[in-house]
Amino acid sequence: MKTWISAALLSLALVASSQAAIDTYEFASEAERQRYRSLVEELRCPKCQNQNIADSDAPIAMDLREQIFRMLEEGQSNEQIVEFLVSRYGDFVLYKPPVTARTLLLWYGPAVFLGIGFVLLGVIVLRRRGQSASAASGLSADEQQRLTALLKQTSVDNKD
Amino acid sequence: MKRLILLLPLAVFLGVAVFLYRGLFMDPSELPSALIGKPFPAFSLPALDDPERTLSEADLKGRPALVNVWATWCPSCRHEHPVLNQLAERGVLIHGVNYKDERGAAQKWLRELHDPYQLNIEDAKGTLGLDLGVYGAPETFFIDAQGIIRHKFVGTIDERIWREQLAPIYQSLVDEATP
Repeated sequence: MKTWISAALLSLALVASSQAAIDTYEFASEAERQRYRSLVEELRCPKCQNQNIADSDAPIAMDLREQIFRMLEEGQSNEQIVEFLVSRYGDFVLYKPPVTARTLLLWYGPAVFLGIGFVLLGVIVLRRRGQSASAASGLSADEQQRLTALLKQTSVDNKD
Repeated sequence: MKRLILLLPLAVFLGVAVFLYRGLFMDPSELPSALIGKPFPAFSLPALDDPERTLSEADLKGRPALVNVWATWCPSCRHEHPVLNQLAERGVLIHGVNYKDERGAAQKWLRELHDPYQLNIEDAKGTLGLDLGVYGAPETFFIDAQGIIRHKFVGTIDERIWREQLAPIYQSLVDEATP
Protein backbone atom coordinates (compact mmCIF):
# COMPACT_ATOMS: atom_id res chain seq x y z
CA MET A 1 0.00 0.00 0.00
CA LYS A 2 2.74 2.37 0.98
CA THR A 3 4.67 1.77 -2.23
CA TRP A 4 1.48 2.22 -4.16
CA ILE A 5 0.90 5.63 -2.63
CA SER A 6 4.46 6.75 -3.19
CA ALA A 7 4.25 5.59 -6.81
CA ALA A 8 1.09 7.62 -7.26
CA LEU A 9 2.70 10.65 -5.67
CA LEU A 10 5.76 10.25 -7.84
CA SER A 11 3.72 10.07 -11.02
CA LEU A 12 1.80 13.16 -9.92
CA ALA A 13 5.08 14.94 -9.38
CA LEU A 14 6.18 13.87 -12.87
CA VAL A 15 2.98 15.22 -14.39
CA ALA A 16 3.49 18.49 -12.54
CA SER A 17 7.08 18.81 -13.67
CA SER A 18 6.28 18.07 -17.31
CA GLN A 19 3.56 20.74 -17.18
CA ALA A 20 6.06 23.15 -15.74
CA ALA A 21 8.59 22.34 -18.47
CA ILE A 22 6.30 24.02 -20.97
CA ASP A 23 6.00 27.24 -19.02
CA THR A 24 9.39 28.08 -17.64
CA TYR A 25 9.35 31.52 -19.16
CA GLU A 26 8.91 34.55 -16.96
CA PHE A 27 6.64 37.11 -18.46
CA ALA A 28 6.70 40.81 -17.79
CA SER A 29 2.94 40.95 -17.50
CA GLU A 30 -0.13 38.72 -17.45
CA ALA A 31 -1.20 40.17 -20.79
CA GLU A 32 2.07 39.04 -22.34
CA ARG A 33 1.58 35.55 -20.94
CA GLN A 34 -1.88 35.47 -22.50
CA ARG A 35 -0.47 36.52 -25.86
CA TYR A 36 2.20 33.85 -25.61
CA ARG A 37 -0.39 31.17 -24.80
CA SER A 38 -2.67 32.17 -27.64
CA LEU A 39 0.23 32.25 -30.11
CA VAL A 40 1.67 28.85 -29.21
CA GLU A 41 -1.81 27.37 -29.28
CA GLU A 42 -2.77 28.63 -32.71
CA LEU A 43 0.54 27.86 -34.41
CA ARG A 44 1.13 24.39 -35.75
CA CYS A 45 4.32 22.42 -35.20
CA PRO A 46 6.02 21.95 -38.60
CA LYS A 47 7.45 18.58 -37.63
CA CYS A 48 4.48 16.85 -36.09
CA GLN A 49 1.58 17.34 -38.50
CA ASN A 50 -1.25 17.75 -36.06
CA GLN A 51 -0.10 19.35 -32.88
CA ASN A 52 0.28 22.95 -32.01
CA ILE A 53 3.66 24.10 -30.79
CA ALA A 54 2.33 24.41 -27.25
CA ASP A 55 1.65 20.67 -26.97
CA SER A 56 4.52 19.28 -29.00
CA ASP A 57 7.68 17.85 -27.50
CA ALA A 58 9.57 18.00 -30.79
CA PRO A 59 12.85 19.94 -30.55
CA ILE A 60 11.67 22.29 -33.27
CA ALA A 61 8.56 23.15 -31.25
CA MET A 62 10.74 23.97 -28.25
CA ASP A 63 12.89 26.21 -30.43
CA LEU A 64 9.85 27.97 -31.81
CA ARG A 65 8.40 28.53 -28.34
CA GLU A 66 11.69 30.07 -27.32
CA GLN A 67 11.74 32.20 -30.45
CA ILE A 68 8.20 33.43 -29.83
CA PHE A 69 9.04 34.24 -26.22
CA ARG A 70 12.10 36.19 -27.32
CA MET A 71 10.14 38.13 -29.92
CA LEU A 72 7.44 38.95 -27.36
CA GLU A 73 10.09 40.26 -25.02
CA GLU A 74 11.47 42.42 -27.81
CA GLY A 75 8.02 43.95 -28.02
CA GLN A 76 7.02 42.59 -31.43
CA SER A 77 3.36 42.37 -32.32
CA ASN A 78 1.46 39.11 -32.85
CA GLU A 79 1.32 39.86 -36.58
CA GLN A 80 5.08 40.30 -36.76
CA ILE A 81 5.66 37.01 -34.96
CA VAL A 82 3.23 35.10 -37.16
CA GLU A 83 4.72 36.70 -40.27
CA PHE A 84 8.22 35.69 -39.11
CA LEU A 85 7.18 32.05 -38.87
CA VAL A 86 5.13 32.00 -42.07
CA SER A 87 8.02 33.45 -44.06
CA ARG A 88 10.15 30.51 -42.91
CA TYR A 89 7.75 27.60 -42.62
CA GLY A 90 4.94 28.66 -44.93
CA ASP A 91 1.20 28.75 -44.32
CA PHE A 92 1.46 25.23 -42.93
CA VAL A 93 2.19 26.63 -39.45
CA LEU A 94 -1.16 28.40 -39.35
CA TYR A 95 -4.11 26.48 -38.02
CA LYS A 96 -6.19 29.28 -39.49
CA PRO A 97 -4.95 29.63 -43.08
CA PRO A 98 -5.40 33.02 -44.76
CA VAL A 99 -8.16 33.43 -47.32
CA THR A 100 -6.47 33.20 -50.72
CA ALA A 101 -7.53 31.89 -54.11
CA ARG A 102 -6.19 28.47 -53.12
CA THR A 103 -8.02 28.28 -49.80
CA LEU A 104 -11.29 29.80 -51.02
CA LEU A 105 -12.93 26.39 -51.36
CA LEU A 106 -11.74 25.43 -47.90
CA TRP A 107 -13.19 28.53 -46.31
CA TYR A 108 -16.47 28.89 -48.17
CA GLY A 109 -17.02 25.38 -49.59
CA PRO A 110 -19.06 24.14 -46.63
CA ALA A 111 -21.33 27.20 -46.68
CA VAL A 112 -21.79 26.84 -50.44
CA PHE A 113 -22.69 23.15 -50.10
CA LEU A 114 -25.12 23.94 -47.28
CA GLY A 115 -26.71 26.58 -49.51
CA ILE A 116 -27.03 24.09 -52.39
CA GLY A 117 -28.62 21.62 -49.96
CA PHE A 118 -31.22 24.14 -48.83
CA VAL A 119 -32.04 25.12 -52.40
CA LEU A 120 -32.51 21.46 -53.38
CA LEU A 121 -34.66 20.87 -50.30
CA GLY A 122 -36.80 23.89 -51.21
CA VAL A 123 -37.22 22.69 -54.79
CA ILE A 124 -38.22 19.20 -53.69
CA VAL A 125 -40.72 20.47 -51.10
CA LEU A 126 -42.33 22.90 -53.55
CA ARG A 127 -42.59 20.20 -56.21
CA ARG A 128 -44.21 17.72 -53.80
CA ARG A 129 -46.69 20.34 -52.70
CA GLY A 130 -47.65 21.10 -56.30
CA GLN A 131 -48.08 17.38 -57.02
CA SER A 132 -50.36 16.67 -54.06
CA ALA A 133 -52.48 19.73 -54.87
CA SER A 134 -52.95 18.61 -58.47
CA ALA A 135 -53.70 15.07 -57.28
CA ALA A 136 -56.53 16.37 -55.09
CA SER A 137 -58.16 18.37 -57.83
CA GLY A 138 -57.25 15.99 -60.66
CA LEU A 139 -60.46 13.94 -60.39
CA SER A 140 -63.38 14.60 -62.65
CA ALA A 141 -66.86 15.13 -61.13
CA ASP A 142 -67.78 11.57 -62.02
CA GLU A 143 -64.71 10.10 -60.37
CA GLN A 144 -65.26 12.30 -57.33
CA GLN A 145 -68.75 10.86 -56.96
CA ARG A 146 -67.48 7.32 -57.19
CA LEU A 147 -64.81 8.08 -54.60
CA THR A 148 -67.33 9.42 -52.06
CA ALA A 149 -69.58 6.43 -52.71
CA LEU A 150 -66.70 4.02 -52.14
CA LEU A 151 -65.63 5.84 -48.99
CA LYS A 152 -69.19 5.73 -47.66
CA GLN A 153 -69.43 2.06 -48.39
CA THR A 154 -66.21 1.22 -46.58
CA SER A 155 -67.27 3.23 -43.55
CA VAL A 156 -70.55 1.30 -43.51
CA ASP A 157 -68.62 -1.96 -43.83
CA ASN A 158 -66.43 -0.98 -40.94
CA LYS A 159 -69.43 -0.42 -38.71
CA ASP A 160 -70.53 -4.04 -39.03
CA MET B 1 -33.32 15.73 -67.87
CA LYS B 2 -34.66 13.22 -65.34
CA ARG B 3 -32.06 10.70 -66.49
CA LEU B 4 -29.25 13.20 -65.99
CA ILE B 5 -30.35 13.83 -62.42
CA LEU B 6 -30.20 10.09 -61.78
CA LEU B 7 -26.58 10.17 -62.90
CA LEU B 8 -25.72 12.95 -60.46
CA PRO B 9 -24.80 10.69 -57.50
CA LEU B 10 -22.46 8.73 -59.77
CA ALA B 11 -20.78 11.94 -60.91
CA VAL B 12 -20.36 13.12 -57.32
CA PHE B 13 -18.94 9.72 -56.36
CA LEU B 14 -16.45 9.82 -59.24
CA GLY B 15 -15.34 13.32 -58.24
CA VAL B 16 -14.74 12.28 -54.65
CA ALA B 17 -12.99 9.08 -55.79
CA VAL B 18 -10.56 11.04 -57.97
CA PHE B 19 -9.70 13.34 -55.05
CA LEU B 20 -9.19 10.47 -52.62
CA TYR B 21 -7.16 8.48 -55.14
CA ARG B 22 -4.82 11.39 -55.62
CA GLY B 23 -4.56 11.71 -51.85
CA LEU B 24 -3.16 8.18 -51.67
CA PHE B 25 0.00 9.33 -53.39
CA MET B 26 0.53 12.50 -51.45
CA ASP B 27 3.03 12.70 -48.64
CA PRO B 28 1.57 14.82 -45.87
CA SER B 29 4.98 15.21 -44.21
CA GLU B 30 6.28 16.98 -47.28
CA LEU B 31 5.84 20.69 -46.75
CA PRO B 32 6.32 23.12 -49.55
CA SER B 33 9.17 25.37 -48.50
CA ALA B 34 8.33 29.01 -48.08
CA LEU B 35 11.83 29.87 -49.22
CA ILE B 36 11.81 28.63 -52.81
CA GLY B 37 12.87 31.47 -55.08
CA LYS B 38 14.26 33.50 -52.21
CA PRO B 39 17.92 34.23 -51.47
CA PHE B 40 19.70 32.02 -48.98
CA PRO B 41 19.20 33.70 -45.58
CA ALA B 42 21.99 35.90 -44.30
CA PHE B 43 24.20 34.34 -41.66
CA SER B 44 27.56 34.77 -40.01
CA LEU B 45 28.71 31.55 -38.41
CA PRO B 46 32.02 29.83 -37.67
CA ALA B 47 33.42 27.11 -39.88
CA LEU B 48 33.19 23.73 -38.20
CA ASP B 49 36.69 22.69 -39.24
CA ASP B 50 38.24 26.06 -38.41
CA PRO B 51 36.26 28.00 -35.76
CA GLU B 52 38.44 31.06 -36.27
CA ARG B 53 37.06 31.46 -39.75
CA THR B 54 33.63 33.10 -40.20
CA LEU B 55 31.41 32.05 -43.06
CA SER B 56 28.55 34.01 -44.55
CA GLU B 57 25.94 33.62 -47.30
CA ALA B 58 28.35 35.33 -49.73
CA ASP B 59 30.62 32.26 -49.52
CA LEU B 60 27.86 30.12 -51.01
CA LYS B 61 27.55 32.08 -54.23
CA GLY B 62 29.34 31.40 -57.48
CA ARG B 63 28.36 27.83 -58.28
CA PRO B 64 25.13 25.86 -57.88
CA ALA B 65 25.37 23.72 -54.77
CA LEU B 66 23.56 21.53 -52.30
CA VAL B 67 23.33 22.77 -48.74
CA ASN B 68 22.85 19.78 -46.50
CA VAL B 69 21.58 20.26 -42.94
CA TRP B 70 22.85 17.46 -40.73
CA ALA B 71 23.71 16.51 -37.15
CA THR B 72 25.40 13.66 -35.35
CA TRP B 73 22.23 13.08 -33.28
CA CYS B 74 20.27 12.36 -36.44
CA PRO B 75 20.20 8.66 -37.38
CA SER B 76 19.00 9.27 -40.94
CA CYS B 77 22.00 11.52 -41.50
CA ARG B 78 24.23 8.51 -40.94
CA HIS B 79 22.37 6.62 -43.68
CA GLU B 80 22.63 9.57 -45.97
CA HIS B 81 26.30 10.27 -45.40
CA PRO B 82 27.80 7.61 -47.72
CA VAL B 83 25.52 8.83 -50.53
CA LEU B 84 26.76 12.39 -50.03
CA ASN B 85 30.34 11.09 -50.11
CA GLN B 86 29.68 9.45 -53.47
CA LEU B 87 28.02 12.55 -54.86
CA ALA B 88 30.94 14.72 -53.76
CA GLU B 89 33.31 12.30 -55.45
CA ARG B 90 31.33 12.66 -58.67
CA GLY B 91 31.84 16.41 -58.50
CA VAL B 92 28.58 17.58 -56.93
CA LEU B 93 29.27 20.65 -54.80
CA ILE B 94 27.86 20.15 -51.30
CA HIS B 95 28.00 22.47 -48.32
CA GLY B 96 27.19 21.25 -44.84
CA VAL B 97 25.26 22.96 -42.08
CA ASN B 98 25.95 21.22 -38.81
CA TYR B 99 22.68 21.84 -37.02
CA LYS B 100 22.44 22.13 -33.23
CA ASP B 101 25.31 19.81 -32.59
CA GLU B 102 28.47 19.50 -30.54
CA ARG B 103 31.62 20.61 -32.26
CA GLY B 104 33.73 17.69 -31.05
CA ALA B 105 31.23 15.04 -32.09
CA ALA B 106 30.71 16.65 -35.47
CA GLN B 107 34.43 16.94 -36.17
CA LYS B 108 34.90 13.30 -35.21
CA TRP B 109 32.05 12.27 -37.52
CA LEU B 110 33.65 14.02 -40.48
CA ARG B 111 37.06 12.52 -39.69
CA GLU B 112 35.71 9.00 -39.43
CA LEU B 113 33.03 8.97 -42.10
CA HIS B 114 34.79 11.21 -44.61
CA ASP B 115 33.95 14.85 -45.26
CA PRO B 116 31.94 15.44 -48.44
CA TYR B 117 31.39 19.12 -47.74
CA GLN B 118 33.12 22.03 -49.38
CA LEU B 119 32.16 24.45 -46.62
CA ASN B 120 31.26 23.33 -43.13
CA ILE B 121 28.98 25.79 -41.39
CA GLU B 122 28.58 25.32 -37.66
CA ASP B 123 25.07 26.29 -36.60
CA ALA B 124 25.31 25.29 -32.95
CA LYS B 125 22.29 27.28 -31.79
CA GLY B 126 20.13 26.50 -34.78
CA THR B 127 19.69 30.14 -35.82
CA LEU B 128 20.44 29.46 -39.47
CA GLY B 129 18.24 26.38 -39.27
CA LEU B 130 15.39 28.54 -38.04
CA ASP B 131 15.88 31.03 -40.85
CA LEU B 132 15.91 28.15 -43.32
CA GLY B 133 12.67 26.75 -41.91
CA VAL B 134 14.38 23.50 -40.98
CA TYR B 135 12.12 21.22 -38.98
CA GLY B 136 14.16 18.05 -38.89
CA ALA B 137 17.48 16.89 -40.23
CA PRO B 138 18.44 15.87 -42.80
CA GLU B 139 17.20 18.56 -45.13
CA THR B 140 18.90 19.56 -48.35
CA PHE B 141 18.56 22.87 -50.14
CA PHE B 142 19.48 23.40 -53.77
CA ILE B 143 20.89 26.84 -54.46
CA ASP B 144 21.84 28.33 -57.79
CA ALA B 145 24.99 30.28 -58.62
CA GLN B 146 23.36 33.51 -57.36
CA GLY B 147 22.62 31.93 -54.01
CA ILE B 148 18.86 31.67 -54.60
CA ILE B 149 17.14 28.65 -53.04
CA ARG B 150 15.57 26.69 -55.88
CA HIS B 151 14.52 23.44 -54.29
CA LYS B 152 14.27 21.79 -50.92
CA PHE B 153 14.36 18.10 -50.15
CA VAL B 154 13.35 16.87 -46.71
CA GLY B 155 14.54 13.42 -45.71
CA THR B 156 17.31 11.02 -46.52
CA ILE B 157 18.78 11.23 -50.00
CA ASP B 158 19.50 7.78 -51.36
CA GLU B 159 20.79 6.60 -54.73
CA ARG B 160 17.34 6.20 -56.24
CA ILE B 161 15.93 9.52 -55.02
CA TRP B 162 19.03 11.23 -56.33
CA ARG B 163 18.82 9.58 -59.74
CA GLU B 164 15.08 10.00 -60.22
CA GLN B 165 14.25 13.29 -58.53
CA LEU B 166 17.23 15.34 -57.55
CA ALA B 167 19.93 14.83 -60.18
CA PRO B 168 17.77 16.49 -62.90
CA ILE B 169 17.22 19.50 -60.64
CA TYR B 170 20.91 19.83 -59.86
CA GLN B 171 21.79 19.35 -63.52
CA SER B 172 19.39 22.09 -64.61
CA LEU B 173 21.04 24.48 -62.14
CA VAL B 174 24.45 23.55 -63.48
CA ASP B 175 23.27 24.02 -67.08
CA GLU B 176 21.81 27.38 -66.14
CA ALA B 177 25.14 28.51 -64.68
CA THR B 178 27.19 27.50 -67.73
CA PRO B 179 25.88 29.38 -70.75
